[in-house]
Amino acid sequence: MSSEPVLRLHGVAKRFGARTVLRGITAQVTSGAIVSLVGASGSGKTTLLRCLNGFESIDAGQIRIAGHLVEPGPSDAALTRLRADVGMVFQDYQLFPHLSVLDNLCLAPQVVRKLPRADAEKRARALLEQVGLGDRGKSRPSELSGGQKQRVALARALAQDVRLLLLDEPTSALDAGTRDEVVRILRELVKRAARPLTVVLVTHDLHLAETLSDEVWTLVDGSLASAGA
Amino acid sequence: MKQRGELRWGGDLQGGEPYVFEDEAHPGKLRGFEVEIADALARELGVRAKFMQNDWSNLVPALERGDFDVILNGLEETPERRARLRLSAPYYTYGETLAVRAGAKYTSLADLTGKRVGTLNQTVAADILKASPLEIVLYEGQQEPYMDLAKGRTEAVLLDHVIADRYGCVLKELRCLPGDVARGHYVLGIGKNAPALQDALNAALASLHQRGELQRILVGWKLWDARQKPAENPAAAAATAGPIVDEPVASAPVAAAAAEPPPPARHFGAGHALLFLQGALITLLISALSFALASPLGMALATLRLYTGRPGRWLAATYVELFRGTPLLLQLYVLYFGLADVVRLSPMTAAVLGLALNYGAYEAEVYRGALSSVPTGQTEAARALGLNRWQALRYVVFPQALRTALPAVTNDFVALLKDSSLISVITVVELTKRMTILAVELRDWLTPGLMCAALYFAMSFPLARWARRIERRLEPSQAPVAASTPLPGNT
Repeated sequence: MSSEPVLRLHGVAKRFGARTVLRGITAQVTSGAIVSLVGASGSGKTTLLRCLNGFESIDAGQIRIAGHLVEPGPSDAALTRLRADVGMVFQDYQLFPHLSVLDNLCLAPQVVRKLPRADAEKRARALLEQVGLGDRGKSRPSELSGGQKQRVALARALAQDVRLLLLDEPTSALDAGTRDEVVRILRELVKRAARPLTVVLVTHDLHLAETLSDEVWTLVDGSLASAGA
Repeated sequence: MKQRGELRWGGDLQGGEPYVFEDEAHPGKLRGFEVEIADALARELGVRAKFMQNDWSNLVPALERGDFDVILNGLEETPERRARLRLSAPYYTYGETLAVRAGAKYTSLADLTGKRVGTLNQTVAADILKASPLEIVLYEGQQEPYMDLAKGRTEAVLLDHVIADRYGCVLKELRCLPGDVARGHYVLGIGKNAPALQDALNAALASLHQRGELQRILVGWKLWDARQKPAENPAAAAATAGPIVDEPVASAPVAAAAAEPPPPARHFGAGHALLFLQGALITLLISALSFALASPLGMALATLRLYTGRPGRWLAATYVELFRGTPLLLQLYVLYFGLADVVRLSPMTAAVLGLALNYGAYEAEVYRGALSSVPTGQTEAARALGLNRWQALRYVVFPQALRTALPAVTNDFVALLKDSSLISVITVVELTKRMTILAVELRDWLTPGLMCAALYFAMSFPLARWARRIERRLEPSQAPVAASTPLPGNT
């Protein structure tokens, strides 16, 4: 694990209308770490996660992610570049139902990175093997179970060799057995990533936060109450 | 015209026998006394005659926009037409014949006060009836007024004796009253700006008179009768327009023609079937072309409306409301006749464009609904992967929306296939127009009607089946995987 910070937040603030959701968050994450964001509903943890890939624009402060600088009022093009280095897994996965599992993984490498189909497919197949779905490449998302969808979503987010992986409530919809399986796979993925992979995840599950993460950040009313292992 | 080497003359085949109609023995070949007059006139002028099909009620505007050089199709001499066009000397004198049901007691127009009387739209007969205290019923084809009269839907029909003798008086349920209600002349209509052509045609007509060729043609078509005498003296002919004589000059030859055995029963033959297929092909071609334009237009409008700023949204919404909120028929008229001074579109181009512009508005709404039905999470997922706004639409939103839209889009194509019958008003002879032409020719609406219906069905039904198959193939749950791989280089 490298000790160089891959993610730095400085005075990050966010308002929705009159309501302040994030109040000057300053923190940093070393490369290769897994960080859990916990806190009560409405504490701002999901908003913070969405600020990290530009889904929410910040009103003050700055975020540095693997060479990208995010400030208030970024350009669409800058955000598109940022997102090629930041993967995200949604709470409800949002796999593309009209594409096969393999095509779900190949889409971004082909369209964004302009990788030839053969290269994209090779990488995608390797990832599917890693998440234990090597034989499901031709399936449609609708043919998969919840846990399988979660694993495809993980693989899709990692298909572009991202530096930072964001997970929104990765286990909330899974039963305990499936959850442990996903956790095991996630650890494996971080360990075997081609480039050092840093993970920030939002969760309600304190057990998951403690067993999986190197650090747990607790958000209280838009401020970072604690940051530590 | 000289340069072109053609005398282009406009008429409507739906007018049928004896004016201009398709030879039933040789479908596609034209016959009729006006065909022979046109040929004779063209010979006099040293050019060839070329027939231009045009809806009868639009002959005047079509002449004005330059679709042809003259109107030669039972065009009656009236003060209004004289004011609007240049008219030639008469080539035929007709009498207005009143037909009633065989048992009816009516003896003149005066007996019909307050009754329903049928005639053709835009004729002198219609003008006469409008001036009388009775209820006028207007038709577009010359057989329908007599059918309705026989069925008791009207009490009488007033029309030129040329039509009455062939379509009315021969029916056993009907009786034609002796004597003409009025007399008038068929003339050629010529553009206001073509005085030289008017002079040339008048000279040619005079020459045909002198050489007896006109008489020969009219005799050949059993149209020569006592009414034609004054026509030999153009001065006398010009004086006879308007409601006049009720004298029974109604001519031996006419009576002879009517007394002859009715024309042999006409049957639907292979040649007719071929003409129908031709009409169906034109319908299909125009529908396919216009839908191929309407679909991307609709997609563009929907995209503009959903994903752009205020001016784009306003533009798209205005377009949709404008084209959806006004009749397709009106749009076709404006495109073809209204804009004729600005841009001279061919009938086919105007038809395809008119249908495409109109249906584009409907497709825009279909696609707007379909695009909105794709969850925003899908766009977010695509953007999270680094796809830009356009790529997210192109690879994630559009393919899913297309599947949602398919049933409605298929529906619209079938509707367009049928709406395309409206383009006959701008002179395209498609399937429905072909049906009406043949129905008049065969004196039968049932066989051509069924044939026409069968052809429309034969086009729309396989389409619906095919669309259902595509739909099933796009269905996420049951789709065979090989079916859709929209990624670049993925074939």
